[in-house]
Amino acid sequence: MYGIVGYGSYLPRYRIKVEDIAKQWGADANALKRGLLLYEKTVPGLDEDTITISVEAARSALQRAKIDPQKIGAVYIGSESHPYAVKPSGTILIDALGIGPHVHVASYEFACKAGSEAMYVAYSLVKAGEMDYALGIGADTSQGAPGDALEYSASAGGAAFIMGKEKVVAEILFTHSYTSDTPDFWRREHEFYPRHAGRFTGEPAYFKHIYNSGKSLLEKSGMIPSDFQFAVFHMPNGKFPQEVGKKLGFTKEQMEVGWIVPWMGNTYSGSSPTGLAAILDVAKPGDKIFMVSFGSGAGSDGFIFQVTDEIEKVRNLAPKLRDMLDNDKIYLDYGQYAKFRKKIILNE
Amino acid sequence: MISPRYHRDIPQRYRLEGGKCTKCSYIAFPPRLVCPKCKSKSFEPYHLSREGKILTFTIIKVGPDKFSKETPYVVAIIELNDGARLTTQVADCDVERVALGAKVKLVFRKIQDEGKSGLHCYGYKAILL
Ligand SMILES: [Zn+2]
Repeated sequence: MYGIVGYGSYLPRYRIKVEDIAKQWGADANALKRGLLLYEKTVPGLDEDTITISVEAARSALQRAKIDPQKIGAVYIGSESHPYAVKPSGTILIDALGIGPHVHVASYEFACKAGSEAMYVAYSLVKAGEMDYALGIGADTSQGAPGDALEYSASAGGAAFIMGKEKVVAEILFTHSYTSDTPDFWRREHEFYPRHAGRFTGEPAYFKHIYNSGKSLLEKSGMIPSDFQFAVFHMPNGKFPQEVGKKLGFTKEQMEVGWIVPWMGNTYSGSSPTGLAAILDVAKPGDKIFMVSFGSGAGSDGFIFQVTDEIEKVRNLAPKLRDMLDNDKIYLDYGQYAKFRKKIILNE
Repeated sequence: MISPRYHRDIPQRYRLEGGKCTKCSYIAFPPRLVCPKCKSKSFEPYHLSREGKILTFTIIKVGPDKFSKETPYVVAIIELNDGARLTTQVADCDVERVALGAKVKLVFRKIQDEGKSGLHCYGYKAILL
């Protein structure tokens, strides 16, 4: 049996409400909340980045997996906000967690699906028998340009998954990826904020790729939506995942637990992975989980998981996502937020 | 430029690696060569507990240049559950909420940047539980 043997998630404590961003730009907060189903989002502290978020999520994954960190043979971090252009985030993470130095490390990039990419490769290496354990992480501290629609959603957080073959808590039954050249969203090297093609980001990008990946995954597995207790999709806003889920045949109830975006925002590479972590926090043995990520550019990775008896032994060994989402919040106003996100130009 | 000391200190900054005196069990953090209690020179590697409480603290309202934009912030002496003590910043907090005896845990955070193009330097900070 191959799959997740330990998982962990992490969200910063800082938040900003949609109202406070809307007020800054003279936008209609209620219309935004209705239209996007977004209420507030996480904001990283001045001392947080993709590396620190990854370390805390992976620390929780190790606590749940209860394995010797030295046995991890590969560490992959997927993000579109790696702190260094050249120097993989994982080099710092392994030293922080006592992994390696006999370990394969790489950074992945694929807009919002870099995290599921890392999970897929970690899983594949274990399944191929190359190593006993591999760690795949999706984390981001994403930025939206001031006043841009993305500013309401771009947030921070991440989730980490240790793949293995013994004491599996969620077996991976099937995977399927779907990718094409779609210029919906991009960021050129040295640019601070990403660019996107407005409405082009919906139908030909997000919906097409998730739908095709999801549909093929169902066909491959011979399963139907009602076979699943939970479904989670990439969450750029509150609305899109509900629409694409419905199109694939999933109900609101199946999507409820993983649908954390209204209070978290879009954590990019961490989005569907944190949704999966929220599901594992409550899933019962035997439950099936359907997950499809999306990354602009564009592509989707689909996974079918089946939860095992082991889940009950590990779930309380580390912080749970909903607890982090609901508790210890510190609200920022727009000025503080602009400072935190380094949107204010300072003298050196 | 990054100091060689930052790199040398990675085990203690990243992983809270100290030393435990094999004679009297004194926990030295940062690690030492001679035990201040029994003068023994024999230590075994020891990972500090990640949870503890605030022994004493101060609120920094005028920070050094590098941290001047982060004020007010809290610097505290923490006593960890295993008795070891260390000085660190208390992050993610309303300074008014910090109190003597408050329970904290240590997390991995960025401590400073070496200018605009230099290295990011990481280490531990405390957050309130
Ligand atoms: Zn001693």
